[in-house]
Amino acid sequence: MCVMEIPLALRGILVITRKNMRLYYTKPPVLMFGLLFPLFMFFAFFVGRKLDLATFFPAFLAMMLFFTASSVGPLITPWEKREKTYERLLSYPVTQDTIILGDVVAGGVFGIGISILVWIASTLFVPVSIANPGFFVLAFILGTLSCAALGALLASPASDSPPNVMIFSNLVRFPLIFISGIFVPLAQMQGPGLTLAYFSPLTYLVDLFNAAMGGTSAFSPAVDCGVLIGVSAAFILAARIIQTRNLVKGL
Amino acid sequence: MNAIETKHLLKRFGTVTAVNDISLTVKEGEIFGFLGPNGAGKTTTMRLLTGVLTPDSGSVRITGIDIHRHPLDAKMQMGVIPENSTVYGDLSAEQNLHLSGQMYGMPRAVREKSVDDILSQMGLSEKRHLPVRTFSKGMKQRVSIGCAIVHRPKVLFLDEPTSGLDVQSRRLVIETIRHMNEEGSTIFLTTHNIEEANMLCQTVCIINQGTIVAQDAPERLKKMFDTTQSVEVSFDRPVTRELFADEGILRAEPCGDKWRLYTDNPDHVLKYLVGRAALESIGITSLVTSGPSLEEAFVRITGCA
Repeated sequence: MCVMEIPLALRGILVITRKNMRLYYTKPPVLMFGLLFPLFMFFAFFVGRKLDLATFFPAFLAMMLFFTASSVGPLITPWEKREKTYERLLSYPVTQDTIILGDVVAGGVFGIGISILVWIASTLFVPVSIANPGFFVLAFILGTLSCAALGALLASPASDSPPNVMIFSNLVRFPLIFISGIFVPLAQMQGPGLTLAYFSPLTYLVDLFNAAMGGTSAFSPAVDCGVLIGVSAAFILAARIIQTRNLVKGL
Repeated sequence: MNAIETKHLLKRFGTVTAVNDISLTVKEGEIFGFLGPNGAGKTTTMRLLTGVLTPDSGSVRITGIDIHRHPLDAKMQMGVIPENSTVYGDLSAEQNLHLSGQMYGMPRAVREKSVDDILSQMGLSEKRHLPVRTFSKGMKQRVSIGCAIVHRPKVLFLDEPTSGLDVQSRRLVIETIRHMNEEGSTIFLTTHNIEEANMLCQTVCIINQGTIVAQDAPERLKKMFDTTQSVEVSFDRPVTRELFADEGILRAEPCGDKWRLYTDNPDHVLKYLVGRAALESIGITSLVTSGPSLEEAFVRITGCA
């Protein structure tokens, strides 16, 4: 694709994003694993226990963003392949990159929209403060990007079965929430748990939200931002490579 | 300028060569038929031409634009109806057409006019707001065709567009192909239906095992095999194949209530049939001779009799 085609590519991303929003936001797996599940996790771990909700709120917000933004992506490509709409989509003036980016943006908009709603609603019940609005905005943007990119990557296996891909994506996503400083703050983690936490991108999102809302963080916010940008790029690149390799399967 | 031009197109899947050094040219305004037996490489070739797949080597130009260097510009010139692909079942016919128009960057006012015209042309105006998943196969295919022509493409690719359709839908599809061609679109038609290709196409290309084995006008392809002609005969009662055991009859095939007999000497076969029918007191209800068919040419070229 040449520079002259960039406006066409941007238009493609926009149209694909709108199509994804219209078609996939209300699909049961997205509502179940993107919306209800993080709420249930919140109720299971935080409600009814003598925890300082304000302290854990950044972690909860990170978890909400993580689940919502990464729940749309895994569904789209397998669904399109199953419904036999993927080949037609590829024959429009788009490329596979455009499609992946459209999926990422759709996941991102879902994640950021729901998470902002949850944040606004939560302010009515939990005394949350924002120590650094700049970090807060960055956490939302980079968190959305990295989680939505993970969603697109999780859609890459050669499968035209949305249930299989959703199971696979949950196999990847669920363990991450237990090793990323959501239920056990990073400062209290040690040994293998702490080592594992370093490998989870969610750890850096939780840490950035901690920096933004509580004013304290385990890593420098610059490190958090750098890692989130890096993993976003890596996820999108990996999704591109795997989806190109698996292109024929499911056409 | 040629509407489609490919040079030395090659595509392998593992050890299988699906498309082997294909070079073809489709002139502007032409209806080009692409025929071949199952697994010959038709759909893979079409996916390479439409930019869905990337070739291992070779080039494809659509109206002079290299599709693999400038995929978006090239795809803007074309409309595609993939064989197995369908439209979005959760969207209505109208929404599908609008989505397609948006993909091609049509301004809203132009798009609305085009969508209205197509819905009317396809006989879907009354069902425009219903989800496509509630439609019959024929209706879905009409929406699919509508999506491919909403922007009036210069080149229209159709992969088995009439496969499995009822007569009305088939006729509508064929009329649409003709109409688009009259309006200036070049048509690239992949089909199993040889009679359809014979009827519609100015040029027919036959692919077998990933290689082009013949490309010419249908009539010229038929003439390549004009040593073989056929006699179609029907009788007033059922007969068995034994009746056609004659040295002048190369092959006998039942066709409904008729038999088609292939021969290189129709005069001999006609005399034989009349004589044999008289001998066995069988009435001949119809007797027609015809020249070589495109189907015969196809069978002979691809060697899959």
